[in-house]
Amino acid sequence: MVRYIIRRLLWAIVLFLSVTIITYVIFYLVPVDPARLAAGRNPTPEQVKAVGHYLGTDRPVWYQYGLFLKRLVIDHNLGYSFADRVSVNTDVLNAAPVTASLVIGGAILWMLIAIPVGVFSALHPRSKTDRVAMASVLVGISAHPIWIGLVLSYVFGYVPTSGHALGFSFPSFTFLPIQGYCNIRGASQGQVCGGPIQWFYHLILPWITFAILYAAFYVRMIRANVMETLNEDYVRTARAKGAPELQVLRSHVLRNAMLPVVTMLGMDIAIALGGAVLVENVFGLPGLGQLAVTAVGTFDLPVIIGTVVFASIMVITFNLLVDILYAWIDPRIRLG
Amino acid sequence: MALLDVKDLRTHFHTEDGIVRAVDGVSFSVEKGKTLAIVGESGSGKSVTCLTIMGLNSGRRIDISGEAVFDGEDLLSIPKDELRRYRGKRISMIFQDPMTSLNPVHTIGRQLREAVQLHADVTKAQANARALEMLKAVRIPRPETRLDDYPHQFSGGMRQRVMIAMALINNPDLLIADEPTTALDVTTQAQILKLMNELQRDFGSAIILITHDLGVVAETADDVLVMYAAQPAERGGYEDIFYRPHHPYTWGLLRSLPHLTSVGEDLKPIPGAPPSLLNPPTGCRFHTRCPYAMDVCTTVVPEFALVPGSGEHRAACHLDEETKQREAAAIASETLADSA
Repeated sequence: MVRYIIRRLLWAIVLFLSVTIITYVIFYLVPVDPARLAAGRNPTPEQVKAVGHYLGTDRPVWYQYGLFLKRLVIDHNLGYSFADRVSVNTDVLNAAPVTASLVIGGAILWMLIAIPVGVFSALHPRSKTDRVAMASVLVGISAHPIWIGLVLSYVFGYVPTSGHALGFSFPSFTFLPIQGYCNIRGASQGQVCGGPIQWFYHLILPWITFAILYAAFYVRMIRANVMETLNEDYVRTARAKGAPELQVLRSHVLRNAMLPVVTMLGMDIAIALGGAVLVENVFGLPGLGQLAVTAVGTFDLPVIIGTVVFASIMVITFNLLVDILYAWIDPRIRLG
Repeated sequence: MALLDVKDLRTHFHTEDGIVRAVDGVSFSVEKGKTLAIVGESGSGKSVTCLTIMGLNSGRRIDISGEAVFDGEDLLSIPKDELRRYRGKRISMIFQDPMTSLNPVHTIGRQLREAVQLHADVTKAQANARALEMLKAVRIPRPETRLDDYPHQFSGGMRQRVMIAMALINNPDLLIADEPTTALDVTTQAQILKLMNELQRDFGSAIILITHDLGVVAETADDVLVMYAAQPAERGGYEDIFYRPHHPYTWGLLRSLPHLTSVGEDLKPIPGAPPSLLNPPTGCRFHTRCPYAMDVCTTVVPEFALVPGSGEHRAACHLDEETKQREAAAIASETLADSA
């Protein structure tokens, strides 16, 4: 077990180096001078040169990469934004809880939908409920998250406040917020809202939007896995022992059917934690996705690298967690 | 009175291609403490027969008719939940493939305990003691150390022993063994059969043994039912089937057995393949492969008639009694020469 974890961590370092090197190289292949973008409006060539020197972008790429590694490893410092000289550590640490709130809450929601629907569909294939569920799944997979987000914003956010819908008028009221994020620990400087209630309230629509796509995928996957497991010989054995259907399902079917789901869940959460770009964008959530998109727009290398570093750490950590969890629920797998 | 009396059992599956008549009019009975072997090729309906009795057929659109009277109750007509109480308690089943029949994520101790606690209100410790006792009975070495092991830590033969332990843990009146040795190697097969014979003596359970291996039948059976294409071809005592077989299909099965004394000779398989049950042949279903087929066989379904002068020996064949006795004698002398 310890040897396994050490081996995994060594691989993680290789993976980490590759990802960051590739990011650096791509950045240097793009024919845009970040110094020019950072130097303000109509800069003279001298000013651009001075800014380039100040930012360090006039150095060769290997030197910059080395400096980045040295700072990261020794000072645990991701550097400073080219655009506004804010510490990237601060940027990432501010954005990460937003994305984490969205993703973890969304994951809980999508599993709460997917498990019952998937299991029910598997137990009653071709029933009316199954057909309705499968049709909804198709819609969920096909509909773009931005579209879903906008439709939900319109119906639950805009329409109630506008006071009329479908030709009817009614007293306008606020139903669900469609923009912004509230800190769960309470309002910090410059924020209007805070606390767990406001946090929850502001995340309702983003969670639903984020969960729909994944819920659809997971319903399908859980349905397929449960149907497959129901045909296993050991399920027949359990019935032959005289186990009631509920116990067969709980003790023999679900645990086996959930094995592949656990892996997928770990990977999906890990990837989404690197930034749920679309949903963050629609609902104006200042998460890692937004941070990365803004940084790409301004060629803000330190911030881009910062989000890449965070995303790789998430993927690596969750991968390891999933493997350990897997070994724990499936005794046939022994790490070593 | 027989422990289990099956009368005119029919199991029809509705599929997209049509109705598959997987079991089409099968009758037999099992006596207390005796072994009935059901013999036939793959797809002849032997497994479906037993799964139907247990209420374990999978698939949604199934028509079942007939009777399966077990100790005075018709298992086919009692409510599902009541049938569940019979399963694992009074009727147990073991399956062909021990590698896949145990749940890979639970210890075998837990799976054995589950079988006990489903039917009796006992503590975990009591169930554990019973599980340990059964592992000893099926001769698993150092059983006390193995309760916490997972199925993948056992060999195929050992897993089948665990399955047998699980099936017998509640002292069932009837054990249905669906090709219990098919997936095992020959030496392990012999051990498992010996074990089943001994356990039958100790526990007094009746056994339905499903197999396609006449060698296995010879070692264990009191009565034999030969099935062909979802229907009974021949039924009788062990001696009837081996010494006075009255059906050309049984003759074919007996002739196709490899003999140690016939080294160098070719095997004598039954030509052709079993017919599709979606659209079985008219008349006698075996006529397409039968070397003795006559015109009448293609149109008239033979009656499953008593063999003259016997007690419970029946066969479904149009051949005249004289030919049957001649062939039977010839085959008996071949097999007897062998075992001598």
